[in-house]
Amino acid sequence: MTMENGVDDGSDQFPKGMRVLAVDDDPTCLMVLETLLRRCQYHVTTTSQAIKALKLLRENKFDLVISDVHMPDMDGFKLLELVGLEMDLPVIMLSANGDTKLVMKGISHGACDYLLKPVRIEELKNIWQHVIRRKKFDSNKTRNSDKPNSEAGNVLGSAGAGNSEQNGKLNKKRKDQDDEEDEEQDNGHDNEDPSAQKKPRVVWSVELHRKFVAAVNQLGIDKAVPKKILDLMNVEKLTRENVASHLQKYRLYLKRISCVANQQANMVAALGSADPSYLRMGSMSGVGHLQALSSSGQFPNNAFRSFPPTGMVSRLNTPTGLNVHGFPSSGAFQLGQSQNLSNSSVEQLKYLSSIVPVNQNSVHGMQVPMGLDPLQNNKGVNPVQNLTTGIDAKTNFPVSNKLPDPHSRVASGAHPPLLGNSNNALMLEARPQDTRRVIEYEDLASSVPSQHSELPFSLLDQGRYSDNWSNAVQSSRIQTGSYPSSESFRQSAIPATDNMASLPLQEGNLSVSSSISLLPNQSYNSLLDTHSQPVILANRTGHVSNNDVPFQGWDDHNQDASYPSNAVCSTVNTVTPVSSAVCHTPINSALHRNLDFNYGDSLQMKRDAVAKLAAKETSLKPHLGNIMNQQKSQQSHFSNNVGSLEDLVSSMMKQVKTSMHYSED
Amino acid sequence: MLGLGSDLLWADMNRLLRLLFHEGVLDEQFLQLQQLQDETSPNFVSQVINMYFHESEKLLNNLRSLLIQAHDDDFADYNKMAIHLNQFIGSSSSIGAKRLTSLCLAFRAATHHTNRPGCLRALEMLEHEYCYLKNKLHELFHIEQQRALVAAARYPLHDNNQ
Repeated sequence: MTMENGVDDGSDQFPKGMRVLAVDDDPTCLMVLETLLRRCQYHVTTTSQAIKALKLLRENKFDLVISDVHMPDMDGFKLLELVGLEMDLPVIMLSANGDTKLVMKGISHGACDYLLKPVRIEELKNIWQHVIRRKKFDSNKTRNSDKPNSEAGNVLGSAGAGNSEQNGKLNKKRKDQDDEEDEEQDNGHDNEDPSAQKKPRVVWSVELHRKFVAAVNQLGIDKAVPKKILDLMNVEKLTRENVASHLQKYRLYLKRISCVANQQANMVAALGSADPSYLRMGSMSGVGHLQALSSSGQFPNNAFRSFPPTGMVSRLNTPTGLNVHGFPSSGAFQLGQSQNLSNSSVEQLKYLSSIVPVNQNSVHGMQVPMGLDPLQNNKGVNPVQNLTTGIDAKTNFPVSNKLPDPHSRVASGAHPPLLGNSNNALMLEARPQDTRRVIEYEDLASSVPSQHSELPFSLLDQGRYSDNWSNAVQSSRIQTGSYPSSESFRQSAIPATDNMASLPLQEGNLSVSSSISLLPNQSYNSLLDTHSQPVILANRTGHVSNNDVPFQGWDDHNQDASYPSNAVCSTVNTVTPVSSAVCHTPINSALHRNLDFNYGDSLQMKRDAVAKLAAKETSLKPHLGNIMNQQKSQQSHFSNNVGSLEDLVSSMMKQVKTSMHYSED
Repeated sequence: MLGLGSDLLWADMNRLLRLLFHEGVLDEQFLQLQQLQDETSPNFVSQVINMYFHESEKLLNNLRSLLIQAHDDDFADYNKMAIHLNQFIGSSSSIGAKRLTSLCLAFRAATHHTNRPGCLRALEMLEHEYCYLKNKLHELFHIEQQRALVAAARYPLHDNNQ
């Protein structure tokens, strides 16, 4: 029996050898602290950088963390949150400033204690209580239950492997969980998440978290209960308590980003409608496209916001002759602009996989891939990711079912890819939050029947991103019958239940051509308006003629492997589809100017896809190059915004690249 | 004789410490530091204090440049100064420099009120106090070193006797 649960055997020895990690940027204090802790007979590790501290925590086991509040590389509270989320360890804050507000902040972030400098050895002699207290609970339970693993039956069983103590702990864990859920702490210090139980310390790795988020999305954030999540995750050695506590933290996190997500979602929604289906629409007026775009723009990501609605409106004024082809490209183009969107989709994935990075780049999540270029709000790809979570609350996916507020829905863009629909492009532009604009678009789109029904909007209707999206995907699939390759997306999208929108978008986009009707709601209309603009632009560039080819390309494209990536991205923002579409037509270049490619890499990927398609049309090639370049530049710009986005994007890029050739660039 | 020297040095050291405590320059935290020094870390106190001096000088320079440079535009970066001061307070209190810590606190309050003349005054007092503390502590270390020398010279004798 080692330390982990030394409660039973060595409760009297427990404080000794307790592994403490001390983090403080001031070397004087750090040295004093280290010596004091050694004097208390703890096993001490020190570092002056928070980032290094996280690394150490991930690589080694610790029982307790003591951290300074003010640090240059990372805020102490942030570190506190991350540690709580990832490793679930008790963290003690340390500061020279004993201001009540700061102390309150520390406690609310989950610190189990807040010490003032100068730290005295008497205080340090007591810190082990924070750790032992929890263990004590477990050990008490253990003593009560004698079954070695039977108890663990309902839990992981892996943790203690036949350790009766473990079992007891598991039971205890459950019980504690309940207690903690009620916030009954042993002492007032344990204000951290209820999941303070640590028996077998569960480290929420990126992979684990990804599964967790996938499960939550699948169930729907509102319906996600630990038991079901646990079942879905199907991970050994994971207890319901672990999941419950993690879920709690996750919910808090979502709440925090939901505000931002809301805005972005609106935008995304607008963008999201740029499904390929719009492309299909070919004949559809720009408005129609817009709708499509808007639906696809349902991305919950706020990134959609980045597209200034004004841009879209202006587009609408352009000749409606936009052929579908042109539109998609423009849409894609726009999407591309909102590199964020694409990034966000990637990010979404990333986000899903690990909440920690997301936390750090909360902005990312907010950025919906929708990145309709006009909207420069790209916060970065993140939004998409985060939005997915936050979107839950805020994204108003216009999806036919649930658009609580059609306008807003459009904006929320959780909708899948605008796919090439020029409308989409417009949608992308629509700011999710900019309902006014949505209305404008609406006018434009009014002429367009809600053919979008097929559009992912239905999918877009993601009141709750997780739920809706998965549903949407399903529905979109059905609807986008015209999108043959949707299948491919579907598959890809499915894994990204978190991305939700991606899947539906893809399909929806494909069917855009067939029906703008996807835009069941007004929001779609508004989106359409926005879309029409891009479409119009496309027309202007004269590449409209690509009509047939692009779409076809879309189909083919859909089948491309890149699509899946798009699908993924699309959840984040419908941009992905659009972006590819955009690449298609020369309009892209025009659109580029107008659209702000917020979508970073996802856009890139789309571009790749589009590029491929473009290859089919020689005329497009030159344009694509332009677009790509532009996109690239945009991407780089955005990629800067989000660290994690870049990762996602790059991973997505790889996907795309494998499938497509980026000949233009 | 050597023993006497050692005792005298010991008396000197104690006297100095008493004085510093009486003046409020040092407080119990310093005693804690001394208690932390043992066979495993024989030079702990001097190591910590030296590190403290090194960091403090940097902090004081930063504070001075932040405050004096703002003379022209009258826009001193009070936030940054407060951050430096936070660190200064933390380290000073950790080693037991009581008077210095209080001066830092006053300085920090002045930054919160963006009181430039107040900050200037506080900075000067801080620098003055810091110099005083540094001198006294150096003196203390000096006596300590001498004592150690004397004791080293003494112990062999002691062993011989035994």
